[in-house]
Amino acid sequence: MTTSPVATTTATTAASADLMRQVTDAANRHDPYPIYARLRENRVNLLSDGSYALGRYADVVGLLHDPRISSDPHHASDPGSRLLVDNAPFIQRDPPDHDRLRFIATRYFGPPVSPGVVSGQEPEILSFVNGLVDDLPSSGEADLVDHLAYPLPVSVICGLLGVPKTDDEQFHAWTEEIVRGLDAEQQEGADDLIKQREQAQIAMFGYVTELVQRHRTQPDGSMLSRLANDQTGQQMTDGELGTTSLLLLIAGHETTVNLTANGVLTLLRNPWALERLRAEPDWVIPLVEELLRFEPPVQYLPNRVALADIDLDGTTIPKGARIVLLVAAANRDPDRFADPDRFDPDRGDIEHVGFGSGIHYCFGAPLARIETQASLTAFARRLAGPRLAADPPPYRPSPVLRGPLHLRVTYDKRD
Amino acid sequence: MPGKSRAQRIVIVGASLAGLWGAATLRKEGFDGVLTIIGDENDPPYDRPPLTKQVLTGWVAPDHTVLPHLEPLGDTRWLLGTPAAHLDRRAGEVVLADGTRVPYDLVLIATGVRNRPWPVDEQATLGGVCGVRTRGDAARLIGHLEAGVSRVVVIGAGFTGSEVASACRHRGIDVTVVEQAQAPLTGALGGVVGDVAANLHTTNGVDLRCGVTVDALEGSGGTFRAAALSDGTTVDADVAVVALGGMRNTEWLADSGLASGPLGVAADAGCRAVAVNGLVTDDVFVAGDVARFAHPLFDYQFLTLEHWENAVVGAQVAARNMICAPEDRRPHACVPTFWSTQFGVNIKSVGVPSLADQIIVTQGSTGAGSFAAAYGDCDGRIVGAVTFDHGRWIDHYRGLIERAAALPEPYDADLPDKPEPARFPPHPAATYHGPTVVVTGHSPTRMDAVRLPDGRSARDY
Repeated sequence: MTTSPVATTTATTAASADLMRQVTDAANRHDPYPIYARLRENRVNLLSDGSYALGRYADVVGLLHDPRISSDPHHASDPGSRLLVDNAPFIQRDPPDHDRLRFIATRYFGPPVSPGVVSGQEPEILSFVNGLVDDLPSSGEADLVDHLAYPLPVSVICGLLGVPKTDDEQFHAWTEEIVRGLDAEQQEGADDLIKQREQAQIAMFGYVTELVQRHRTQPDGSMLSRLANDQTGQQMTDGELGTTSLLLLIAGHETTVNLTANGVLTLLRNPWALERLRAEPDWVIPLVEELLRFEPPVQYLPNRVALADIDLDGTTIPKGARIVLLVAAANRDPDRFADPDRFDPDRGDIEHVGFGSGIHYCFGAPLARIETQASLTAFARRLAGPRLAADPPPYRPSPVLRGPLHLRVTYDKRD
Repeated sequence: MPGKSRAQRIVIVGASLAGLWGAATLRKEGFDGVLTIIGDENDPPYDRPPLTKQVLTGWVAPDHTVLPHLEPLGDTRWLLGTPAAHLDRRAGEVVLADGTRVPYDLVLIATGVRNRPWPVDEQATLGGVCGVRTRGDAARLIGHLEAGVSRVVVIGAGFTGSEVASACRHRGIDVTVVEQAQAPLTGALGGVVGDVAANLHTTNGVDLRCGVTVDALEGSGGTFRAAALSDGTTVDADVAVVALGGMRNTEWLADSGLASGPLGVAADAGCRAVAVNGLVTDDVFVAGDVARFAHPLFDYQFLTLEHWENAVVGAQVAARNMICAPEDRRPHACVPTFWSTQFGVNIKSVGVPSLADQIIVTQGSTGAGSFAAAYGDCDGRIVGAVTFDHGRWIDHYRGLIERAAALPEPYDADLPDKPEPARFPPHPAATYHGPTVVVTGHSPTRMDAVRLPDGRSARDY
C-alpha cells in the first residue's frame, strides 16, 4: 500500500461500528456513499465484532493482492458459519485448492481451453434482451427489474450451466435467503438470518447435486455436463462440484441483476448519458466500466481473514481477525479518482475494483459485461421518454449485493 | 501557454511500439505542430510479443498484429521503409539513408533493437536459418514449420528461444534447444528459476542441451542440415532459429555527439539523451529498447529494459517531457514489468531480478512449476520478483519493490525460510566493443570529452 500523507487514524470502536451499522441499515440502502466517505476518513475501522473495515483505494487494492489475507473462513479466530466449508467453492478457498478448483471451472468457461464460450453467448443474449423488450407494454409502465434486469442473467446462466429454466422460482427463493444472510455475522441478533441461510444452502446443494447426477446420465455440452463428465484426471470431487455449481448459479445471476438495475437507474438520473447512449451505442463499453466503479453490484467483501499480524502505519490488524474490504468506498476514493462522486464514463482512468482484484477477481466478469451492455443498450434505444416512477426505488435487503428490488419506469413508447 | 515548449516540428525515429506511443502521447498532450515518424520497416507499427506466441502457434496471422491508434494522430507524416542514417544535431536534422533531411525542433529516438545475427555470414544465409524479431521473420518461420520439418534447433534459451521452442512443441514438432548457460532464462531470472524452466522444457519434450554452444551451422546445397555443438555432438535439423538476443540500433548515432553505443543511448531519468561529454541535452529524447536510462529506484544505475511496458511508459514520459514546462517534467520511474507465455505457463516478473544476489520462494511450489519468488540485493532489499502461474499476486511484489521493502519471508507454510543465492551468471565477456571516449583539455575546469572514431582506441590516438 502506498502511504498516504494523511495521518493514520484508527477509529474508535464505537464510532466505526456505528458507521458500519449505518451501512447495513436498510434506511440508508439507497445512498450509502456518504457513509463510505466517513469510513474512508479512517484508514482502519475497528468494528464492534472485532473485524476491521478498510475503504481507501490503495489499502483495498493492496490487501486484495496480499498473500497474508485469506478467503478461507477456517482461518478466522471466530469462524462464524461452518456450513459447507468442507467442500467450499473457490471463492472461500486459498491457494493451492483455490487455484485447482478455479482452474478446472475456467477450463469450461474461458480461454485458453474454451475461448468461445462467453463470446458465443452474445447473439443469444441480444435476441433474448430484445425479446424481453418486445414483451413490455407498448407504452405505460413496467418494472425493469422483473422484466429486464432479472430474466436475462437467469436465462443466460441457466443455459450456460445446464440448469432447467423452469426451476427458476425455486432456486431464486433459495438464493434470496442465502444473499440476505451473507453478512449476517456482521449484524447483531441475526441468528435467524444465519439459520435461514444455512437451510437454503442445504436445500440448494441437494438440488444441484441431483442436477449433476442427471448430467452424468444425460450429458448435453453445458458447463455442468462438462464438469460432471470431466475425464482429464484433474476433476472436482462430487462435493466440490456441488458447491461450485451452487456458487456459479448464485453469483452468475445475482450480481448482474443489480449491475443492470443500477445501470438503468443511473441512466435515468443522468438523462444526458441516456441521450448519448441512444446515439452512440458503442459508448456502452466505457459506460458499464464507470457503472462498476460508481454503483458496484458487490459493495464490500465481508469475509476476508488476516493470516498474520498486518501492520498499517502503526495500526495492527491481528492474525485471525476478519477484514471487510469496502470496494464501493475504494471506487470513490478522491485520492484515486478525480471527482469520484460524478458519473463520468469518459474519465478514461477507470481502474475500478468493482470486480475485485487479485486471485478472486470476478470469475464471470466477461459475461456480466456482455449482459449489462446488451440490456442497457436495448433499454436506451427502445424505450422513448422513460422516467422513474419513484426515486429512490425500493431496494433489496442485502447491503453487500446491493440493488433495486423494483424499478418502475414509465415511458411514452416502446419501439 | 506560458512555460510550454514552442516546438513546431517533432520527429520520432522508430515506428514501433515506443514510436507510436510517443506520437499518441504528444497529440494527447496537445502538440499540434508537424509530427514526422521515421521507420526502417515498411509496415505500420505492429505488436511484437505475439510473434513468438499466438502467431507462431498459428492462432493469429502475422499481419493481424497491427497496433491500434488509441489517440487520433492527426496530420502525421509517416516516412516508412528507409532507415535513419545520421543525426545532425548542429543542423537539427535527421538524415535518412537515401539522403533525405528531416528538420526537427525536438527529436525522440526510439530505434529499438534488431536480432543479433548468426556471426558467420555464409552460415547465417543458409536456407532454414532464421530469427524472430519482425513479422516478416515470423511469417518465414511459420512457412518452414508448416512445410513439414523433422526437427528445429533453437540457439539460445532466453525468452524468445524458449517461446519458439514452446510453439514448436505446441505444433508437435521435435525441437532441440542449445543454451550456453546451465539452464534456460538464467540471464534474466537466475539459475534457481532457470532450473524450473529447464524442467518445463524437458517435461514438454524439448531436447534441452545446456552448457554447450553451437560451433557451426552446417548445410548442403545452400540449405541448413545440422548444427555442430561444442560438446562434439551434431544435431540434424531443417530449421535453426537464432535467438541470441538483440543489438541496439545506435550505429546511426555514431557521429551525433550523443553518449550512444552497443549499450544503448544514455538518458537521464526524464528520458533526455545524454551527450558524449556526459551533459544532458534539451532537444533529444530517448525511449524504448534503445534507451539506457538512470533509474531512481535502483541507485540511478543506467538500465536498458527490452520490455513491452517499458516501451509504452518510457515513450509516454518522454513525449510528455518533450512539450511540458521544464518544472513539470517527470521521471520514468515505474517498476519494470514483463511477461512470457511458454509451455502453457504464464511467467510474469516485476523489478529487475538480475540486480539481485539472493532469491526466496514465497508462494506455491517450484516442484509443481507454480510459484512466486522474490529477489533481494546484498542489503536484503527486494529488487524483483517472478511468478509462474501466480500472476495475480504480482502487484503485491510490485508494491514491496516500490516501497524498497525488505525481502519478504515465505507466505506459504512448508517453504524454506532462508533465501538462497539466485545464481545469475557473471556478466558475459563483452561480445562487442563500446566506443572509446577520451577527455581532452589543459585546464582542469575546461576539459571536454570526445568520442574517438570507431575502430580507433585511445592507444593509437
